[in-house]
Amino acid sequence: MEITLNVNGQEHKVDVEPRTLLVYALRENCGLKGAHVGCDSSSCGVCTVVLDGKIPVKSCTMFAVQAEGHEITTIEGLGGGANLHPLQKAFHEQHGLQCGYCTPAMIMSSYALLQHNPDPSEDDIRRGLSGNLCRCTGYMNIVKAVQQAAADMRQPAEAAD
Amino acid sequence: MFPASFDFYRAHSAEEAVSLLGEHGADSRILAGGQSLIPAMRYRLAQPTVLVDINQMQAANYITEENGELRIGATVRDSDLEFSDLIRTNYQLMSDVSDVVADPIVRFRGTLIGSLCHNDPSGDWPAAMLAARAKMIIQNKDGKRVVNADEFIVDSFTTAVEEGEMAVETIWPTPSKNTGASYQKIERKVGDYATAAAAVQLELNEDGTVKEAGIGITAVSYVALRVAEGEALLRGQKVTRNLIKAVAAEASKMADPIADGRGSAEYKKEVVGVLVAKGIMQSLERLGRKVEA
Ligand SMILES: Cc1cc2nc3c(=O)[nH]c(=O)nc-3n(C[C@H](O)[C@H](O)[C@H](O)COP(=O)(O)OP(=O)(O)OC[C@H]3O[C@@H](n4cnc5c(N)ncnc54)[C@H](O)[C@@H]3O)c2cc1C
Ligand code: FES
Ligand code: FES
Repeated sequence: MEITLNVNGQEHKVDVEPRTLLVYALRENCGLKGAHVGCDSSSCGVCTVVLDGKIPVKSCTMFAVQAEGHEITTIEGLGGGANLHPLQKAFHEQHGLQCGYCTPAMIMSSYALLQHNPDPSEDDIRRGLSGNLCRCTGYMNIVKAVQQAAADMRQPAEAAD
Repeated sequence: MFPASFDFYRAHSAEEAVSLLGEHGADSRILAGGQSLIPAMRYRLAQPTVLVDINQMQAANYITEENGELRIGATVRDSDLEFSDLIRTNYQLMSDVSDVVADPIVRFRGTLIGSLCHNDPSGDWPAAMLAARAKMIIQNKDGKRVVNADEFIVDSFTTAVEEGEMAVETIWPTPSKNTGASYQKIERKVGDYATAAAAVQLELNEDGTVKEAGIGITAVSYVALRVAEGEALLRGQKVTRNLIKAVAAEASKMADPIADGRGSAEYKKEVVGVLVAKGIMQSLERLGRKVEA
């Protein structure tokens, strides 16, 4: 069946089966490889993307057809190159990654978390990211990165007060 | 793995869903949050030939409190409960569960009613449903019926929802001001099913004796269980240490767990009693009361 996916502000007409999982439509039909696949059991979170600007979802646990009519944001939509999003910059500066496999999802999940809670405590961050597994870092620097990004992202608002 | 092929339909009302289910028979299923169904389909444990997606059913997305009852529709997600001020202030047990069920991403998709319909023997919501004396409204082509928690929860992965039916609303009695509750869960890590868990809800009389007690336990049998004997021991009594021990023993007595990577059968049987005891103590603490000597 032909469906239209709105990803990072762009429309993609893709031909999928009803059983096609969103993560495969993103990777194979839209050519966006930022959402990874790490498990078969919906438990690792490395496929996390954001729906409608603030809802994190495991794109391996949703059918592509179900994403029709929603705005999907993937890591590619946050920024890149010289235009890094504060979260991307913070993960880089705080060494919030080692192998990087979990990183796009970790950032998308953090992005959603900061939409709901712009000033999270360390505990809020650890709780909020607890659906995303990282096998390398031990999470310390991930938490620091999210704290830095949260502060960066609040700054314009605080400067305005 | 990829799920097996199926035909996909969107239902915009309960009537439409029920009619689609009726048309396609036993191999058709409702798709709610998909957080249990899609993993099961990926493992080919489930191979429905027709899915009826209810996610766009706007009218089913409500949480309303009136006349001493909370009514929740079929597309309300765990995260809606987790972030609701109403739930946080008036529904302690529900609030506790919505903090610990699955993981935060899964909670943005998984629905309360979907969890209850799935009825995993280690699921968190079935135990809470039993303790809170909640009900479910089930709809079929002829109309609706109401079933209480004890009738709703039938067997492992089996509920009172029959072929061609949809669960459309769950009703939770509004706890009185003298009600304290607590959900106690042991899990190996976030997002894991319980090793064992207990849901406790206690309503007290002015003199501190127990007016009504609800206790549900999960992950310790083929299905979530209501600890009816323990509830009966509490009713009308002041809560003492010895009474708590006796109630906990009733929970352990009922438990018939299987050994797995989460623990031995002996351990789970023992610990579910401890969780019931902790649940009773925290329920009292939340009411500003202490256990009598
Ligand atoms: C990583 C992970 C960890 C998890 N951890 C836990 C945990 O710790 N504790 C826990 O309790 N659960 C856990 N779950 C399960 C999760 O909470 C599911 O969301 C929930 O069990 C099912 O809700 P759903 O809305 O996703 O239902 P779905 O997966 O869409 O449906 C589940 C079943 O119910 C049926 N159904 C759904 N809605 C209706 C309806 N309205 N009427 C009739 N039938 C219906 C479906 O046909 C299907 O058979 C976990 C899931 C994952 C992926
Ligand atoms: S790939 Fe592991 S949760 Fe999606
Ligand atoms: S950086 Fe390797 S899994 Fe997280």
